[in-house]
Formats: sequence, structure tokens, C-alpha cells
Amino acid sequence: MTNVKSFLSRQDLLGLAIIAAVIFVLMPLAMDIFRLNLFGKYLTYAFVAIGLVLCWGRGGILSLGQGVFFGLGGYCMAMYLKLEASTPEATAIQSTPGIPDFMDWNQITALPWFWEPFNSLTFTLIAIFVVPAAFAFIIGAAMFKRRVGGVYFAIITQAIAAILTILIIGQQGYTGGVNGITDLRTLKGWDIRTDEAKYILYYVNGALLIGALVLCQFVLKSKLGRLLVALRDKEDRVRFSGYDVANFKIFVFCLAAVLSAVGGAMFTLQVGFMSPSFVGIVPSIEMVIFCAVGGRLSIFGAVYGTLLVNWAKTTFSETFPELWLFGLGALFIAVVLVFPNGLAGLYRTYLGPYVDRWISKKPPSGGTPAPAATPADYDADPAAKPAE
Amino acid sequence: MNVVSNNTDFLLSVENLTVSFDGFKAVNDLNLYVDENEIHVIIGPNGAGKTTVLDLICGRTKATDGSIKFRNKELTELREHEIVREGVGRKFQNPTIYEDLTVFENLEISFPRGRSVFGALTFKRDAEVVTRVREIAEMVFLDTLLGMQAALLSHGQKQWLEIGMLLIQDPELLMLDEPVAGMSVSERKQTAKLLNEITKGRSVMVVEHDMKFVEDIAHRVTVMHQGKILAEGSMAKVQADPKVVEVYLGH
Repeated sequence: MTNVKSFLSRQDLLGLAIIAAVIFVLMPLAMDIFRLNLFGKYLTYAFVAIGLVLCWGRGGILSLGQGVFFGLGGYCMAMYLKLEASTPEATAIQSTPGIPDFMDWNQITALPWFWEPFNSLTFTLIAIFVVPAAFAFIIGAAMFKRRVGGVYFAIITQAIAAILTILIIGQQGYTGGVNGITDLRTLKGWDIRTDEAKYILYYVNGALLIGALVLCQFVLKSKLGRLLVALRDKEDRVRFSGYDVANFKIFVFCLAAVLSAVGGAMFTLQVGFMSPSFVGIVPSIEMVIFCAVGGRLSIFGAVYGTLLVNWAKTTFSETFPELWLFGLGALFIAVVLVFPNGLAGLYRTYLGPYVDRWISKKPPSGGTPAPAATPADYDADPAAKPAE
Repeated sequence: MNVVSNNTDFLLSVENLTVSFDGFKAVNDLNLYVDENEIHVIIGPNGAGKTTVLDLICGRTKATDGSIKFRNKELTELREHEIVREGVGRKFQNPTIYEDLTVFENLEISFPRGRSVFGALTFKRDAEVVTRVREIAEMVFLDTLLGMQAALLSHGQKQWLEIGMLLIQDPELLMLDEPVAGMSVSERKQTAKLLNEITKGRSVMVVEHDMKFVEDIAHRVTVMHQGKILAEGSMAKVQADPKVVEVYLGH
């Protein structure tokens, strides 16, 4: 990345500044730590949603299995925390002290080999990136090299989400089963359950999200971002322009997977457990809805979409628990029928023109008026005028 | 029939090419040669296998048998993007452009640089790219529309844009599938002029139904019928051939 200005326009900077203000200033002032922690949990889903903007909105690759990668990141983190919580002293009452409690309940007497490396925090942090990336690479290479796409790809990713859930639940002794990995306490001796830790983790999460947004904006503003739109539109034309299409799809799928995994790891840290209920088909589809409500073409929209849907979910499910799922279904139908470009589309139509005018009123930093047609003026704004 | 030539005189040598779909031979033991700087037109009735020949050359369809040599390099073993990188460009029958992107971006994506994932991430829109895009846009009559979203172009302009996207790759062999279909008379004339201009330094293969247009541009004509070659030669020679008149031109 050479020059930040080259890929962040004034509009983007404004968008980032507003999100940063909401996360770092507004919400901590407006909420108590319980609500703020909940808000932080929503923000971890935003990582998945912005990954879906790249993958689905721009690239046209609909994955209904992003929960898999969210879960992989979350489980990697949970395994490390669980091992730290399972010291021989803390687990002295078990028949085999020093292993996680659920293993002991399932008559497992030694730590399985694949748990061993998670004693190391360095390994765990690397695994959070590498494990989902490798898994996404295998799926991507197997599917995209064979030119499996569209609905077929969506169904296969959904099947993978179902398989992983069944595997986790079935292998209770190794994974904690349907309860997941619970009772997580400390990170390198630092108690993550205190209010202070929750504040710090919330801010770390927020900073990572801003970082993820900048990274995605860089990708979208590069030629690769335009290629994604081109691919969605006319895959054959891209292929017959000398590009190996599968590699680009694999790349964006892996990137979305890694983003989801970072969200999952931050989820585990803030919420204090990880379970298969964040891996399967239902959460994976919910994540697509977050992205759709926010506007599948805009990474900023996706963040707001995630927050809005989750806020609505919490509010309505507290008040009308039995109606919530119908509400979610209705919301998705409304998005598809009434505002297909989500919140970002509404913003672009009603608010965007005013904001653009306001921004362009201020003279550019050099003070000289822009030349008539700079190469940047030739850029389409795929978030502004998407094809249906 | 077995003309096994190893000569380098031809840019493209298609020999004994056969493709069968579930036993149906869409292209049957076909031999075809394209010279340097030649406009070679393939005509023939519907279902004769014209488009299939183009598909076979560009790798979209895999040959059952036979060989396709481009500058003495076997193309049948290469994948589509590798064939493109060898210097073969293909235009589809319907204008195939990126509707959500601008004319400029459409051309820029086709600019032959930064074709790997990493290359695309670090691709810079430098002076060379901008100059080349402007140059090509002028050739295909779109220089005033660079900032326009491609979806808003007329049908004829979309066809030109796709030709421009191929030209910017500077292919040695350009294959066009019905380039003037759906064009107005004046657009057709402009396209014929364009084709005559771009053939300097490259060969062009065209599949076309419009006989007037074929007469305007063709250096050599191949008539296909039921997957085989019926006649080959200059337009005048082909038009006088009684077999051709019977199966195609007579209608």
C-alpha cells in the first residue's frame, strides 16, 4: 500500500470516520458494559458481512457457509483459552486432571494430538488466519477450478456448514459437543471476564474492524475489485481476456473466510464461549441477511446492516420471542422486493447526493480545481448503480 | 486428405479437427489455414459448425481429435487464458462486456498487464495504460464516452467496445463471431472500415452471415456445411461455386 489517498476517497474517509465515531465514542458513552459487550458481539458478525460484500456482492459468489469460518476462528481461540483454563490445579477433581472438563466427562484420558499446539498463543493466533484460509482454499480450489458456481456453490457451502456442525456435535469428547467450549477465563493470565477486559476487548475488536474495512476498501479499489464485478457480470469475457478466473475466486473466498475467522475469534474473547450454534446453516444464512440488509455492494452498509438486524433481533426476541423468526423472514423478503440494495442503496438514493455536494464544496487540499477529466473520473461506482 | 504440414508459413493451422457431441460430429475432419495479415471469413448455413470452430480454437470446447497449431504451438492442450496469452483473441456473438463498469474500465481490464491475483492488486493506472486506452477508444469510436457506464451504450457501441477490448490485448489472431449482427447500415460501414484498419499486423477470422459485409472485408472465404468444408477461396470464386449456391447462397 503506497498512498492511502489513492484508494480512500473523501466519501470513504467520511464513512470510516462515522463508523469509528459510533464504535469508539458514541456507543461506549451511551451504553453500560453489558449492552456494550452485546454491541461488540454484533460487531464480530460485521467481519463476516463485509467478507460477504466482497465475495457475494461484488464477486457474485454466494456462500451460505460463512458460519464455518466464523466457527473455525472462534474454536481456535476457544481451544487456546480452554487449555489455559484447564490447569491441573483447576481441574484437580477430574479423573484426569489437566485436560478440558468435557473431555474428562467423555472418558478421554489424554489430550488429543490436534489440541496440543493450541497450548501456544502464537500458534493459535497464526491458526486463526491459516486454518480458515487453508480450508477455504481447499473448497475454493475444488469448486472453482471445476467451474462449480452459482446455486450449486451455495448449496455445497451450506452442506459443509451442516457437516461441520454434525461433526462438532458428534465428537463431543474432542469438541465439547452441542454445548461448545465454555467456561473460558484468562488470556495469558489476564482475566477476560472483568468489565475492564470487556472494554479493552471491545476497543480491540473495533480497531480490527476498522482495519478490515480499510483492507477491503483497498482490495475493492484495486483492479482486483473491478475484476470481481467483471467476473460477476461476464465470467467468460474475463477468462478470454487472459485471466485465470478460478484464482481470483479462490482469493476472494479465502479473504472472506479469514475476515470471518477474525470475527469468530473476537466473538469467543468477548462472549466467553464458542458453540456449534454459530457454525451451522441458520447462523450462516443470518449472516447473508445482515449483508443483504446493509446492501451487499457496500462494506460500510454491511456493518450497519449487521448492527440493525442484530439490534432488532435482540429487541424483538426479548419482547415477542415467538414472532422474531417470522420478522426476520419478512425483513429478508422486504429487502429483496423493496430495497434490493439495502441500507447502502437507500443512502445512495436519498442522502448520498447531498453528502457528495457538501464534500465537493470544500476545495481540495491543493486549493486548485481538479482538471476536467482525471483517470479516476472514469471509475464506475458499483455501489451506486448496481445491475439487478 | 491428410495434409500434415509442419510449415511455419501459416499463423494458424487447423488439421483433421474433429469434435463430437454424443456421437454427433459438429466439426468433422476439418483442415483450415489462416495466413498472416489475412481476413478470413467463415460462412455457411446455421448449424454448419462455424461457431464451434472458433470455440475449439479458443479452448472453450475441447477437440475430440486433430490439432490446432498457432505459430507452431499446439493449442488443444492449453487452457483458455493460456491461449489468450499466446495471442488469440475472441469476440462472442452477443456483445460480452462488463455492463456495471465504465467504458474506460472495460478497456483497462483487458489491458494485458497484472493478470495474476497479486498483479491485479498492485496494478497501477499509469500514463501508459491511460494513453493506450484512449488510443483504442478512438479507434472504436468511443473516445468521448470513456466515463460512461457500459450498460448505457447502444448495441453497436457495445460490439465496438468488445472489439476494442480485444484490440488492447494486441492479439495476433482476432476471432470475431458475427461482429455486425444487429448493427445499422452506417454502423456496418464503420465496422468494415475498422476491421480493414485493425488487420494491419494481425490476422482476423470472422464468422458472418451478412454477404454484403463479407464482400467488403474478406480476403479469403471458407464455406462450411455440416461440419465440413464445402468450398474455399476468394469471395468471387466461392459465390460461383454451384455447391455453395445450392446449400447456402441460393436461399
